[in-house]
Amino acid sequence: MSIIDDTRLRPAEPSRAVVFWNRYRRNRAALLGLVLFAVVVLMALTAGLVDPGDPLRRAGAPLTAPFVDMATPLGTDQLGRDILSGLFYGARISLLVGVVATLVAIAIGVVIGALAGYFGGWVDDVLMRITEAFQTIPNFVLLLTLVAILGSKIEWITLAIGIVSWTAPARMVRAEFMSLRNREFVDAARNLGVSNTSLIFREILPNALPPIIVYASVIMALSILLESALAFLGLGDPNYASWGNMIGQGRAVLRTAWYCAAIPGIAIVLTVLSFSLLGEGLNDALNPRQKQ
Amino acid sequence: MSLPIPPLLTYALRRLVQAVPVIVLIMVGTFLLLKLAPGDTVDALVGDMGGADAQFIERLRIEYGLDQPVWVQLWRYMSKLATFDFGWSFVYEQPVATVLMDRLGTTLLLMATSLSIAFTVGVALGAIAARRAYSLTDNVISTLGLVFYATPSFFLSLMMMLLFSVKLGWLPVGGIKTIAGFYTGWDHVWDVALHLIMPTAALSLIYLSFYLRLMRSSVLQVADLDFVRTARAKGAGETRLMFHHIMRNALLPVVTLFGLQFSTVLGGSVVVETIFTLPGLGQLAYQSVIQRDMNTLMGIIFLCSIIVVVVNFLTDLLYARLDSRIELS
Repeated sequence: MSIIDDTRLRPAEPSRAVVFWNRYRRNRAALLGLVLFAVVVLMALTAGLVDPGDPLRRAGAPLTAPFVDMATPLGTDQLGRDILSGLFYGARISLLVGVVATLVAIAIGVVIGALAGYFGGWVDDVLMRITEAFQTIPNFVLLLTLVAILGSKIEWITLAIGIVSWTAPARMVRAEFMSLRNREFVDAARNLGVSNTSLIFREILPNALPPIIVYASVIMALSILLESALAFLGLGDPNYASWGNMIGQGRAVLRTAWYCAAIPGIAIVLTVLSFSLLGEGLNDALNPRQKQ
Repeated sequence: MSLPIPPLLTYALRRLVQAVPVIVLIMVGTFLLLKLAPGDTVDALVGDMGGADAQFIERLRIEYGLDQPVWVQLWRYMSKLATFDFGWSFVYEQPVATVLMDRLGTTLLLMATSLSIAFTVGVALGAIAARRAYSLTDNVISTLGLVFYATPSFFLSLMMMLLFSVKLGWLPVGGIKTIAGFYTGWDHVWDVALHLIMPTAALSLIYLSFYLRLMRSSVLQVADLDFVRTARAKGAGETRLMFHHIMRNALLPVVTLFGLQFSTVLGGSVVVETIFTLPGLGQLAYQSVIQRDMNTLMGIIFLCSIIVVVVNFLTDLLYARLDSRIELS
């Protein structure tokens, strides 16, 4: 019994979350990204508190300049809609579309990439030709076509953005699977009689995920840009305030009231920037040995 | 007894053969999209005529082969596409192929200018940033790269319009030429160039950041390799080191990205062409969506895909030329 008392125990290692956080915060730009991201999330969550009611209703005199009227601190557009509340509600749509479209893209990408990389052979050939076909069609043209066919409801737009964005994650998952499928732990599990499904989703997939998680931030940024471009062209869902749509409307009054387009535009730039910085920070924290 | 075919040629042929199934898949895809879209050719035709009785519509459907099984329809559609017959555009009252060819030149010109600027400037800035890594120059270049990466093309276009057209009045707001100008010769060239400055700048500034970021990290990686140290030990000057030893190797991933990104840039031209009212394929795509001209839209998808395949083929050849390690046979 006394043996254990004498054994010098190693000091407890800090938990994985702490290690992760320590690595993440070394990158100052990534911290800025985290702050920007938190601000956008906060805006999306508090939209209803800042402006209870419809952001598309008239809130003041049309084309009030920013910082003139305290009821509409960032001014109003040509229909008298409050730009500040549009900004807050727009954050909701951008984040919602970004997150859901990314999940759709990654789900499709994981399934296709996993099947192609795990089975190889003709399955790989067929799936990769399909992936190449999707990569060959310019994604914004395909997106326009899908929206023309499906209609401009926000659900369909999100799905369509997911459908045009899955190719890159599919290729990444495939490459990871190809390098992992013959490792010892997979062979061991296979010899124990584990089924293919379990091997793919419970043994290999968790090991293939870190690069996909980093890449998710890129897909999210691209999804937000795609949604805003659609809304800018007037093909977004007209029932929701969206940054792209605000810029599209602001284009008509660019000569007299340029702030109508500039304010939501800066919001998009900062949001997308936050995702890029987050992605770099995640990459540094998840792959500490990789030198950039 | 094999004929002495240059390895680059066999490589090229193999790449072309690999592109065939992709193009066939895209043909099937456009057919499916057409079938998914509400309404068919006859609906469009009848709508164009202002209505017709049911018997006549039935006859038209038989005439257009729409009563045939899907497989037969697919086969007919694909054999027509293979000869670049995209059907009839009921909006322009012309064959789709004619409409597309009218627009192709503008888009190719815009692509060629903006991509060559984006690629050369991006590569140059990326190399400079990497050589002075973590200095003030590097920080400025990298930050600008990040910001342009995050800027939507339509927002950048609008802000350039605001500055150069509205405030300063230097550049025209849109179009490809001055409508009532009737310029000829060099005046015409100058006029078109003036109209293309802003769209080209908008597209190239956005995509430049992709090449810049990749080139920077690629140069940093290559500069650490053993052969660079050897070259330095042999007394190669920094300039020679950069151009002869590092650049050529660091360019490889950037060339790959160029091929992969090309279809994205082509898609990006939709927004830029629409904003600057340039009569190219991108603007046509947008108008076709608004006017529900599905035949034209499918024609654009197919033509753009062919362009992408050709560009990818050329970048593959370039890659094979740059990277002597690649196995050509």
